[in-house]
Amino acid sequence: MDLTCTPEEEEFRARLRTWLARELPTLPPRPDPLDWPARRAYDMDWQRRLHEAGYAGLHWPEDAGGQDATPTQHLIFLEETEAAGAPYVGAGFVGLLHAGPTIAAEGTAEQRARWLPPILSGDQVWCQGFSEPDAGSDLASLRTRAVRDGDHYVVTGSKIWTSHAEVADWCELLVRTDPEAPRHRGITWLALPMDAPGVTVRPLRTLAGSTEFAEVFLDEVRVPVTHRVGEENDGWRVTMVTLSFERGTAFVGEVVACRRTLRLLAKRARKTGRWDDAVLRRRLGRLNAEFTALWRLIQWNVSEAAHGLRHGGTGVPAEGASVFKLRYSHARQELYDVAAAVLGPDALDLTREWTRERLSSLSYTIAAGTSQIQHTILAERVLGLPKGR
Amino acid sequence: MDFRLTDDQEALRAGMRQLLDRHFGPTALRHAADPLAHHAPNAELTRLWAELGAAGLFSLRADESAGGVGLGLPEAVLVFEETGRALLPGPLVATHLAGSWGLVPGAAEGRVVVTAMDAGRPSPDVTSPPGGTAPDGMLVEHLEAADAVLVVGDGEVRLLETTGSDLAGAVKDGEQAGSPPAAAAAPAPVPVRSVDPLSPLHRVVARPASDSRPVAGDQEEGPGARRGQRSGDGVGQEPGDGPEERLPTVAGRGKWLPAVDVPGKWLPTGDADVLRREAGVLTAAQQLGSARRTLEMAVGYAREREQFGRPIGTFQAVQHLCAGMLVRAQTARSAVYAAAVTQESEEAYAAKLLADEAATSNARDCLQVFGGMGFTWEAEVHLHLKRAWLRAEQWGTSAAAEERLAAALL
Repeated sequence: MDLTCTPEEEEFRARLRTWLARELPTLPPRPDPLDWPARRAYDMDWQRRLHEAGYAGLHWPEDAGGQDATPTQHLIFLEETEAAGAPYVGAGFVGLLHAGPTIAAEGTAEQRARWLPPILSGDQVWCQGFSEPDAGSDLASLRTRAVRDGDHYVVTGSKIWTSHAEVADWCELLVRTDPEAPRHRGITWLALPMDAPGVTVRPLRTLAGSTEFAEVFLDEVRVPVTHRVGEENDGWRVTMVTLSFERGTAFVGEVVACRRTLRLLAKRARKTGRWDDAVLRRRLGRLNAEFTALWRLIQWNVSEAAHGLRHGGTGVPAEGASVFKLRYSHARQELYDVAAAVLGPDALDLTREWTRERLSSLSYTIAAGTSQIQHTILAERVLGLPKGR
Repeated sequence: MDFRLTDDQEALRAGMRQLLDRHFGPTALRHAADPLAHHAPNAELTRLWAELGAAGLFSLRADESAGGVGLGLPEAVLVFEETGRALLPGPLVATHLAGSWGLVPGAAEGRVVVTAMDAGRPSPDVTSPPGGTAPDGMLVEHLEAADAVLVVGDGEVRLLETTGSDLAGAVKDGEQAGSPPAAAAAPAPVPVRSVDPLSPLHRVVARPASDSRPVAGDQEEGPGARRGQRSGDGVGQEPGDGPEERLPTVAGRGKWLPAVDVPGKWLPTGDADVLRREAGVLTAAQQLGSARRTLEMAVGYAREREQFGRPIGTFQAVQHLCAGMLVRAQTARSAVYAAAVTQESEEAYAAKLLADEAATSNARDCLQVFGGMGFTWEAEVHLHLKRAWLRAEQWGTSAAAEERLAAALL
């Protein structure tokens, strides 16, 4: 039960702080949230700066161009960058957190040399083509077909919930190559160039009014066989090698940000007099406990991950990841419901940041594994309850 | 940073689990909770205390030079988690604090039973009413069996002797004739029919501060002196003006012992807050142990119990109840362990709040998974729920914790 950092970790933190203090004032102004090309440019500029300073691909293995940092260093990085108000990973999310690590783990030397350096340097953006209109929580039921034609696959189908599709160069795509095989065994992982003929992107407007997601339609798109990572029909395993990472540490910066928001809410409530409402005050107090505990839960998960890595594991175990995801998504929604109580009638004003955050928080119990799926994972895989239907 | 338990900590926890299984296993629990069995609760507690004392539960954190084990709060938390899991009865936290802080001679060895009364606000600037002036009074557990009461007030801690004093008589017989005049006005501790069958309770009503001048009672020496382990200086002295006047008098009986006479180990201003915080974290650890136990019970039952031709654990409605219990337990665990490591006040409030919630809600959900069996006395689930309710009232309620955590945001 040791929560202290080693001298090396503290030195890492100090160096990072110094760098952030120097770098952040030189950033360009933040782009319009609805201007996706501008957002891509802004996010990639930040990635280039990280790359030049030696912070790109912190948790990637060294032979993939990464820094091979420990999970604790990665945690420190996420904590410090958020605390300093640095940009979020943004358009680099899929490349840095999923597609990249997948290629690093499963790709050939040629594939690694081709795709990894531009992810790290901020030159190329990846998006994720996993979910389909009829394959959400039940991802393995995906139906986008890929038929072998010489040295190409011909891909037809549609994908949904694809973030940054409009501005992405590449898409990590899951396709069905063997419709006869058991569901998990007929899937293949392909790198799809987004400018290939037959690819159509249609933005999807969320209830928050943003167009961060898109539908991607694929009409007989030809993808070279050399773009396949892993064996044909082995794509499910290839994908799962790194998927748990998304649930493990993806929300570190957000928890730091939520704790800051919570303090702002309290100060605002005090200013407007709503602080005198004991019910509101106690909800704020409870949220303070929630986010304090969530931070400690992250540290627990990172400790488990570090231990696992030393013993051949791949990252945050399913238990910690699902427990965190369930508790955090609920706490975030409560945070912005409380924000609405603090704002009063202003909660109906869409120009308020907290109003917009309240809307987008509604996705948290759905995205990256719904709360219901997470409960089932915990019940069956962690608690060992017999499988339901 | 490695938040996980060390090998030594794992071993300590496993050892404690084995020990408790020997001294207070399922059979002992069933007997203790059996309303028809013959009970001599005070004698049973005395016996249990000796075993626990010998095992080091009460001296865990005392310096090795003072005969203690010399471990820290994280280790104590692991051990107390096990006591919560086993539903071990008795004022464990109070005796442990008295033993580990060296406040009451004999506590560390389990020779005396020390209970406690939380009689003040944790610190100023809290809007919720402190226990000390609550009109309903304070509940004290195991008062009859106790040799001393640790009274934790506003920024101060005092000991109240019970054995051999008027208080002991008052506890057992109610208001007596011949009490000192000053005490006559104050009600005696009143036995409460405790909802938790294993935790006898007394209600103690404090008098307002202006009327709270403690009564010296007879002129005997205090418990320490009686046992020949304390210097006489200051023991049994009548408190003068000053902070003592804010303390409740416990029915105006007994003696206030200005516990400063323990050599080199008394509590300057501020230490009452530390004591209360440690009590809260250890109580939270017990709640955590209970929350994890009821989760295990629910999962075990859901695997075995069949309806509609299959185990009820195959139904998602039941699965998700159990998964929710796991989430509560693991979230509380992070908070409780972190509070033990950092010993920060905000973390301690978060730990108590989340552990109270985990223990009470998990017991409720466990009861639900057990169905009709959960409503029986036999199923033991109710014992966890009732004890969780009791602990939720001790060392900081949810309301107080939420107010403190809200104030900390400003």
